[in-house]
Amino acid sequence: MHELSLAESAIALIEDAGRREHFHRVRVVRMEIGALSCVEPEALRFAFEAASRGTCAEGARVDILAIPGEGECAACGIRAAMETAYDLCPQCESRPLKVVRGTEMRVKDLDVE
Amino acid sequence: MCTTCGCSSNGATIDHHHAGHPYVARRRGAAAPAATAAPGAETGPGRTVDAAAASAVAASAAAHLRQVSIEQDLLARNDAEAAANRRAFAEAGVFALNLVSSPGSGKTTLLVKTIERLAGRIPVAVIEGDQQTSNDAERIRATGAPATQINTGKGCHLDARMVGDATASLPLARGGLLMIENVGNLVCPAAFDLGEAHKVVILSVTEGEDKPLKYPDMFRAADLMLLNKCDLLPYLQFDVDQAEACARRVNPDIRILRVSATSGLGMDEWVNWLAAGAAACGAAAPALEQA
Ligand SMILES: Nc1nc2c(ncn2[C@@H]2O[C@H](COP(=O)(O)OP(=O)(O)O)[C@@H](O)[C@H]2O)c(=O)[nH]1
Ligand SMILES: [Mg+2]
Ligand SMILES: [Zn+2]
Ligand SMILES: [Zn+2]
Ligand SMILES: [Zn+2]
Ligand SMILES: [Zn+2]
Repeated sequence: MHELSLAESAIALIEDAGRREHFHRVRVVRMEIGALSCVEPEALRFAFEAASRGTCAEGARVDILAIPGEGECAACGIRAAMETAYDLCPQCESRPLKVVRGTEMRVKDLDVE
Repeated sequence: MCTTCGCSSNGATIDHHHAGHPYVARRRGAAAPAATAAPGAETGPGRTVDAAAASAVAASAAAHLRQVSIEQDLLARNDAEAAANRRAFAEAGVFALNLVSSPGSGKTTLLVKTIERLAGRIPVAVIEGDQQTSNDAERIRATGAPATQINTGKGCHLDARMVGDATASLPLARGGLLMIENVGNLVCPAAFDLGEAHKVVILSVTEGEDKPLKYPDMFRAADLMLLNKCDLLPYLQFDVDQAEACARRVNPDIRILRVSATSGLGMDEWVNWLAAGAAACGAAAPALEQA
């Protein structure tokens, strides 16, 4: 369950921001999670709920923005949607596309009070 | 935080071979008391609030809300700690490798046999990661090599901080090796950089040929694959070519060595690869101060 350590990282980022920006309560957390990342959004949500207990993010709503996978072919330069991180170039079918989008695991922003 | 040596890693215990003091995992910063008053919660027993007042409370709560931009990667901290480890390894001139595989593919056996082959040639220090027990570190120490065991408890991977803490108590020799045996798990160790020069993935021939397709992140993250237990091939229906094709399908640049830790097959090539890497790291390290 690496989602638990990722949730703990998210909370650490949020707590740092709380000290910096002087907020004590987080209502909404927006995260971007790529389809090609190792994160299962529902597992992350569940882990966040558990890991945020007793922190300023306890009870916050977690909005997860899914980022679709996208890659580029080093040979022909074509860009295409990716289902897996090793999809072949649909045009030249030689090498896997180079992932350009879809591995994100970010805390984007918060609604705080 | 460990009060003996200052080491700290969330949820993990590190057994210091020098001390063996119990290590209490550092918890995240003390929690702020939760001021959970939801809008309208001020309505104590015996009080009634009309709809207008209630919506006024909600509106003032909404007015208090502001947006704070974070724009940070969940792995940012781990990556920063991994970068610090990488600098420390470069300065020490040590070749650090992160060994990843499913449980039982032969990481510890490979390490023991590798250390035996390198004895007297190249110093090897080992970090062992397992959820429980220090059995593997003891297997390493039996060879005479220094080893630190990290028990991750419920954690399913090593992170950079644990490795940074564990290296504090290990001798890192210039031109030597630091072998990090990760927790047996083909999923999340792929995402957690430890500061290693390379990830080395071990696949054994008693596993499925299509494992690289099932766990592509790990095979993509690795630079070298050891196909272990090749001594068993005569007794199995394992298609080596297919397994290697699966690995190259997800990572065309991956280097593959067929080995057997127990019979010694392919071990010369592996050890030569290690020796070359260690020599390069030793040579690239900043010059030692002359005493
Ligand atoms: N036949 C054979 N067995 C091996 C080889 N390498 C490891 N093993 C066996 O595989 C089992 C698991 O090995 P271990 O090193 O503990 O795996 P780890 O969980 O990856 O550290 C042990 O019983 C080893 O003796 C090998 O090359 N050939
Ligand atoms: Mg082991
Ligand atoms: Zn995991
Ligand atoms: Zn192409
Ligand atoms: Zn300690
Ligand atoms: Zn994990």
